[in-house]
Order: sequence, then structure tokens, then C-alpha cells
Amino acid sequence: MEVTKEIAEQYLLQMYQIRVFEEQAEKSYMAGKIHGTMHLSIGQEASAVGSVSALGPKDLILSTHRGHGHCIAKGADLKLMMAEFYGKANGYCRGRGGSMHIADVASGNLGANGVVGGGIPMAVGVGLGLKMQNEGKILLSFFGDGAASTGAFHESMTLSVLYQVPVVYVCENNQYAMSFPSNKWTTSEGLASFAACYGMPGKSVDGNDLLAVLEATEEAVEHVRNGNGPALVVCDTYRWRGHSKSDRNRYRSQEEIDAWKEKDPIERFKNHMIEKKTLTIDDIEKIKAQADADIENARLFAESSPDPDVSTLEEGVYAPW
Amino acid sequence: MVREITYLEAVREAMTQEMERDPKVFLIGEDVGLYGGAFQVSYGMLEKFGPERIVDTPITELGIAGAATGAALVGMRPIAEIMFMDFTTLASEQLVNQAAKLRFMFGGRATDPMVLRTPAGSGTGAAEHHSQSFENWFVHVPGLKVVMPTTPYDVKGLLIESIRDDNPVVFIEHKLLYKSKGPVPEEMYTIPLGKADVKRAGRDLTIVATGVMVQRSLAAADQLAQEGIDIEIVDPRTLRPLDTETIIASVKKTGKVLIVHEAVKTGGFGGELAAVIAESEAFGYLEAPILRLAGKEVPIPYNRNLEYHAVPQVENIIEKARELAQLKV
Ligand SMILES: Cc1ncc(C[n+]2csc(CCOP(=O)(O)OP(=O)(O)O)c2C)c(N)n1
Ligand SMILES: [Mg+2]
Repeated sequence: MEVTKEIAEQYLLQMYQIRVFEEQAEKSYMAGKIHGTMHLSIGQEASAVGSVSALGPKDLILSTHRGHGHCIAKGADLKLMMAEFYGKANGYCRGRGGSMHIADVASGNLGANGVVGGGIPMAVGVGLGLKMQNEGKILLSFFGDGAASTGAFHESMTLSVLYQVPVVYVCENNQYAMSFPSNKWTTSEGLASFAACYGMPGKSVDGNDLLAVLEATEEAVEHVRNGNGPALVVCDTYRWRGHSKSDRNRYRSQEEIDAWKEKDPIERFKNHMIEKKTLTIDDIEKIKAQADADIENARLFAESSPDPDVSTLEEGVYAPW
Repeated sequence: MVREITYLEAVREAMTQEMERDPKVFLIGEDVGLYGGAFQVSYGMLEKFGPERIVDTPITELGIAGAATGAALVGMRPIAEIMFMDFTTLASEQLVNQAAKLRFMFGGRATDPMVLRTPAGSGTGAAEHHSQSFENWFVHVPGLKVVMPTTPYDVKGLLIESIRDDNPVVFIEHKLLYKSKGPVPEEMYTIPLGKADVKRAGRDLTIVATGVMVQRSLAAADQLAQEGIDIEIVDPRTLRPLDTETIIASVKKTGKVLIVHEAVKTGGFGGELAAVIAESEAFGYLEAPILRLAGKEVPIPYNRNLEYHAVPQVENIIEKARELAQLKV
């Protein structure tokens, strides 16, 4: 797959933004400025950027608890996103949701989800609605290998095919659901083969290869947009960090983590673009510097933003707000 | 002197001792093995009992509840762990429609001795999907027993009793109490389900509190004692069956009652407690209206400050109890 310089720069910038954003979020958490917990997707940037890049600007996504990458790939304002992590009144969810519920409805991100598999049944409904509205929009619904074991997933696949909804399902198979290895109950091919069981096309790809993800998702998008019903893409990838902030990494070895770090999606894309002479080292340094500056601005914005007023605590439970 | 351990260790010790005593007992849930459970409650138990009895599952709450319900039906004594009470929404079909009703539906010819353990409550910054208190949903289901321990001592005795009980028991732990310490005998003991505990004796008013609100009420009572307000604190410990006797006796003695819980006020267990008191002979002894202090009518928000104010804190209990102490009908 060939990409122009401009497009390559955009992909690389987004991957860097995701990584630097998460590194910053982690630092702010350690410094006690962000509380609760968070699920970092460092190491999985290509699956977020590659898949979302196959969508048009009006298309929608549904995300997961590990959703920072999805949100940034969909074009979120990094300042509003960071402000939400800081629980601030001007964050995307007015400080009510935080990392695990980040949503940017205006730009088509219908939200992360604290419940594993919680977004998949909704995806059916979003798809159904989009189909009824008939404006050519489609949905990309993310979920993890762990979510594929839920009943919610299997009911949703049944309905998706039955109603031929315009939904691309993207399974980010990062090999684990918390400590539970997905290879204990299925394989990457097994995950992809669920598609055939239910009657839709499905494919697994190297999720750390941005262009491979993009190509597979574009194929799925075309199938879906042409009114042929849903499709599934499985991205094989790996999370470098612990599951969340309380993980002690007892279930995997340092060797395994290091081996996957060798397959760093950002390094791979960079090297590929240098090889292809699409980007120079100089271009890449500028892009990285841009991402660093964007995140630093987001941090400054978040830190200087106001907290929600306690008097507003009970607002917003019902419409209108 | 009795040794002190944490609430979390008391859960682990109760499970471990029962598993050593009774080969029918096993633990099933997400990440309960190598990970040790999301809160480290079962840490080390895999090494001790092996993967046949410390059963790791993928993300399958309905499956976990079903596995426990079914295994109990054929005579095992499973302990199912649901990682957060929020996800009992997913386990509820097997628990509420099946486990709770098997005995009755089958004319008393089936027994379903399972325990479903789950941590509830807010205060960890985990936001809307990891902070809820659903105890009253389960209280509403005949056939289930609902236990809510608040001290390490109660945890051990009530959990052992719950495992030995021949009915499905929902055993609700509180995340914020996991690290709290207290005296716990090393040997096994049981505390009957349906027996409240007076956590503090007093004359002026009764607080009936559940979960982490017992500790907050105790702290409030200590402060109010300096103002000369003498508070009695009743911890029901099990919500179903409920020890109405102890609660009614306390209200008759003090003439005033404040009910405190973390769950949202509307439809919460406090309404049931208030009705039980109002319907009883304690009604004639009331010197003021029955008051409730409970969670605000909102999902638990992420922002630290909003989260703090969404549920009763010590200062709110002090204020409300002071108000009640001064109230006269
Ligand atoms: C219904 C439900 N059960 C359990 C959890 C706790 N939990 C949060 S993320 C997670 C693992 C999810 O695995 P996967 O779907 O593979 O996504 P990943 O975390 O690997 O990105 C678990 C068990 C939850 N949030 N929701
Ligand atoms: Mg996973």
C-alpha cells in the first residue's frame, strides 16, 4: 500500500500523539494529579490509527475502556481530552466520566466503556439507526479479545447479521483480558472465524502494521458501505503496560514484553516510511516534536482548567441539561 | 491478644479455611488465579489449591454465575467472584431467575448452596461503571440472602457461615474496607445470618448503617459524643434475613433513628428499614421522624470532589445526627 507524504505525516503524528498523551497521563497519575485508574494502549497505536483512518469524517466509532487511541485517531481535541482526565469542568464529559468514559460525540466518538462488551450491543442499535437514516454513514465498533468471550458479543453478532447493519467490528487482540490469555480459549484465527460462524466476512491482521490494518479495514468498510452487512477485522497486537494501574504483571514474562516491544508499531511505520523515502529522519523529528508540543499544551490547559462546581453535582442525570 | 488482620485477609482466610475443610468448596471468577483477583483477595490461593479449585474465567459474568448455580445444584459449594458489583447486572439472570428460585420452584427438592462475592461502593475514582451499590436489588428477591460485612471479624464469621448455608448468598464487600484492620481469631467460627450487631451503644439516638457507612457513623458518633450526644449504632450485617428485633429494640430505647447508606436514597434499603420501624411497636416510641441519609440521585461521577459529595461522609452524618438530636415532634 502506498501513502503520500502528507498522509504518512498524519498517521505518524496521530500515533505519536497517542503515545505521548498516554505517557503524560501516566506521569500525571503518578504525580497524583489524575486519580482513579486508566488503561493504556501504548504498543497498540497502529490498530487505532490504521482502522479509524479507513473511515470518513461523518462515520462513527464506539470505543472501549482502552480507548484513548481510538479517541485521538477520531480527531479529538487533545486539550478537552486531557482536561477530562484531570476531571475538569471543561473536559469532554465535564469531569463526570474520566478516562474510562471518554466520549467526543460531536466528532463521532460515541464513547469508551467501563463494561467489557458494553459497547457491542449498542453497536447493533447504532448500526440499525444508521441504516434507517440511510445517509451512508457507518460505525466502527472496537472491542478486545476478552470482550469476544462475553455473551453480549455473541448476541450482537447474531443480530448484526440478521439486520445487516453497517458496522465494522474491530477486535483488538492484545493477547490478554487482564491476566487471562486469549490463547487459553481461542486463537487469532478463532476470533476471526467467529465472523464466518455468524455469516459475515472476517480477517485477522498484524495489528502492529499500520498499513496492514488500514488495508484490511478499508476492505471491510467497502463491504459494509455497499450495504452488504457487517464485517470483522481482528488486529493482533500487544499492550506494553499493565492492564490498569493495579497490575503486577504476574501472568507474563519480561521476555514476552520485550519481544513485542521489538515490534513497536511506531518504529515499524517510521522505518517503512524512511525505506520508501516517503519521510526523512528530519520530517520524523519534526512530527515527534509537534506531538510533544500538542500534549504539553493539553497538559497546561488541563491543569489550568476549573473543577466542576459541587453545586452542579445532581445536574445532568436527565434531559435537558 | 487476638491477632489483627485486614478485611481483605479475612475474606481470604475464610475461603482458605473452608476450602481446606470441605473439598466441595471452590472459587471461580475473573483473574482470581495468578492475578490474585482485581483486589488481591485470592492472592496465593492458586498456589495452595491449584487451578481445579481456583478457577480463572474469561470475561463471562453470566457464565460464572451459571457455573456456580449449576455446580451448587449437584452438591458443590462454589464461591463465585464478580469483580465489581456493577457487573452483577450481567450475572443477575442466573442468580435472580435461577439460583434464587430453584428450591422453591422444585417444591423444596433442590438445594443451591452458592456464594456470590462482589465488591461494591465508590471512593476509588473508578467512576460510573465501577462504583455502584446494588444491594437492595438483591434484597428484593426471595430466595437470596444478602450479607454486607463491615469489619474483618464479621467478614470471617459471616463468609464461613455463607459458604455453609444451603441457600444462594450474595456477599457484598466494600472496596474501601479491604485494607481496614481488626482482631480476627485464627480458628474457624461462624456468625449467624440474620443477626445484627450493635457496634456502639448509646442513649440519645440510633443510627442504622450499612457497609462503609458503619465506620463513618462510628467516627461521627465519637465526635458527637464530645457535644454530649450519645449515639447507638446498629449494623444489620445481613440485609436479608434482617434482624428486625435488634433494630426495633434500639429505636424503642433511643426514640430516634437515622438510617445511613451509600446506595442512592430512592429505592434504597433505607426505605425498607424505615418501613420496618414504622410498622413495629417502635412507632409509638418515636420522638422524631425517621430520617435517611444516603447516596445522591446521581451515578457516581469521576471527578474526585464530585464523587466525594455523591455519598454520605462523616461530616454529613454529624450534621444530620445533630439535627435529629435536636428535633422534637
Ligand atoms: C463486564 C466486565 N467484566 C469485567 C471487567 C473488568 N475488566 C476491565 S477490562 C478487562 C479485560 C478486558 O479485556 P479485553 O476485552 O481483551 O480488552 P483489553 O483490556 O485487553 O484491552 C476486565 C476483565 C469489566 N470492566 N467489565
Ligand atoms: Mg485484550
